[in-house]
Amino acid sequence: MENGTALVKHDNNPDHDHDFENTHDHTHHHHVQPELRQTRRTREQLTHIKGWGADLDHKNRPAVPMERTPPRYTPAGMATPQAQEQKVEVLVSNERPGITQLHGSVQPPSGLSGMLRRAAFKYTENDLRHWLILLGADRINVVEGIIEDLSHGHVPNILGEMGLKAELKHNPKGLAKKVAIAGAIGAAAYFLLKDREERY
Amino acid sequence: MLAMNYRGPYRVRATHKSDPVIEHPGDAIVRVTRSCICGSDLHLYHGMVPDTRVGHTFGHEFIGIIEEVGSQVQTLKVGDRVLVPFNIFCGSCFFCQKELYGNCHNVNAESTAVGAIYGYSHTAGGFDGGQAEYVRVPMADVAPIKIPDDIVDDDAVLLTDALPTGYQAAEMGDIKEGDTVVVFGAGPVGIFAAKSAWLFGAGRVIVVDEVEYRLKFVKNYAQCEVVNFKDVGDMALHIKKMTDWLGADVCIDAVGCDAAGSMAQTVTGRLMKMQAGAATVLHWCINSVRKGGNVSIVGVYGPTFNAVPIGNALNKGITMRMNQASVKRHLPRLIEHIRAGHIDPKQIITHRIPLEDVADAYHIFSSKLDNCIKPILIPPRAHEVRAVTASVEK
Repeated sequence: MENGTALVKHDNNPDHDHDFENTHDHTHHHHVQPELRQTRRTREQLTHIKGWGADLDHKNRPAVPMERTPPRYTPAGMATPQAQEQKVEVLVSNERPGITQLHGSVQPPSGLSGMLRRAAFKYTENDLRHWLILLGADRINVVEGIIEDLSHGHVPNILGEMGLKAELKHNPKGLAKKVAIAGAIGAAAYFLLKDREERY
Repeated sequence: MLAMNYRGPYRVRATHKSDPVIEHPGDAIVRVTRSCICGSDLHLYHGMVPDTRVGHTFGHEFIGIIEEVGSQVQTLKVGDRVLVPFNIFCGSCFFCQKELYGNCHNVNAESTAVGAIYGYSHTAGGFDGGQAEYVRVPMADVAPIKIPDDIVDDDAVLLTDALPTGYQAAEMGDIKEGDTVVVFGAGPVGIFAAKSAWLFGAGRVIVVDEVEYRLKFVKNYAQCEVVNFKDVGDMALHIKKMTDWLGADVCIDAVGCDAAGSMAQTVTGRLMKMQAGAATVLHWCINSVRKGGNVSIVGVYGPTFNAVPIGNALNKGITMRMNQASVKRHLPRLIEHIRAGHIDPKQIITHRIPLEDVADAYHIFSSKLDNCIKPILIPPRAHEVRAVTASVEK
């Protein structure tokens, strides 16, 4: 085959790899791709599907246009709701001029995690530190939760909280595998540490 | 009351908490009769969402009975059976007046990017959710709707999020007649996105996942083609081979930050949390869609950043649309579809689990045990009225 001459054979099977020929100078000569056209099913091939095309017309699409004024499902010109009384500490994004008319009031910030959350809210949402500090606070909050449980005389059933009962019922082999892996890692760590102690 | 209680990543339990109270004259208290665990609850459960506080009650997909109303509530009364969209919204702000109910600016003090969502961390407003016996519902005149008598509870609860989100995913794809639509994710939202794609006139619907039982289900439920990504070498190449080498017209991300399928994304996004979750599916969407095609994103990602091939999106001239579903605007049309028999949402429910066993429910759903597709939590007082009626009849 001469350089630049197209191979006309085209394998249309998607499972087959792209064809090429090696020449003595190790240049790969690829098939020229055929004209690519979309294959589309006709309406007749699709109407057996229940409801097919019911919302093809844009007037049947409830979210078109995306921004729809006046709104259909809330009163146009509705008054801003009166402000909810603030009864607990609520952290407010500094990308707002003030607290919103409605706000959530559960789990106000507390403890060390609360201090971190307050610190996070000194940064804007645009600042990565805001989110990274919050993620750090979340992890500390988990430890605080365990301490809180213990301080109330409740020993948390951590395995139960992780769904041990369901795991035993629906995935006993998987559970056995996890226990075996954890046991092997534990045993390896024990012997490594033991050897280390003996060496020194 | 009994409520789901978050204790840390992969740890939840059912505990007794104080009953919610009216905090604003527009509030109502709803006695929950059904609540679902949503795939996006798993992002919280896995510790992926910043400002998820210990003690928080999750649950943004719930229905129930009005138990108490604030002094300003006019359209609902005690005893009404209501469906509560997952978005909390005021109805009056700049965004609500444009029907962008998922983007309300008056209800989430703690963030400006995120609207308020029941039981979805303090980043989403710090409201406890509906995986409980009772829940506080702000702006009760605005968001909830009375459930029509001919809509059963199991369909109604799926109208609070999963079905509208799947439907909006397909709508945002701007599907044209005969388009090839690839849906990544065969969870409840992906299943409904696939089903909805036909309503918008798709010519082919292809669903991609790695969980074989879910692919089997969606193939039958949504009459679509399926691909197990574990069986293919490169996802984008495979989609191109399936679509005349051009790519799909529309790709939908119905997975979000907990995606599997890429070691690099899994390690940096899910394990090391160096990005806001694994953006594997977003990567696949951009690289699998055709030039000039549409990518629709309803999978949830965190607020920091993700590694995605945005340069390819530019060079291919892709339109990308995404949002939290604006549930209320979809409800009338979706109820029509249910009545017409176009969609039977309740078929995806695989598990009904007492709220007391919430830890097991989360583990089953998260680990995809027992062929779980959609678990529903039933609070102890869900059938209180019926129980009283039964005892009177005796």
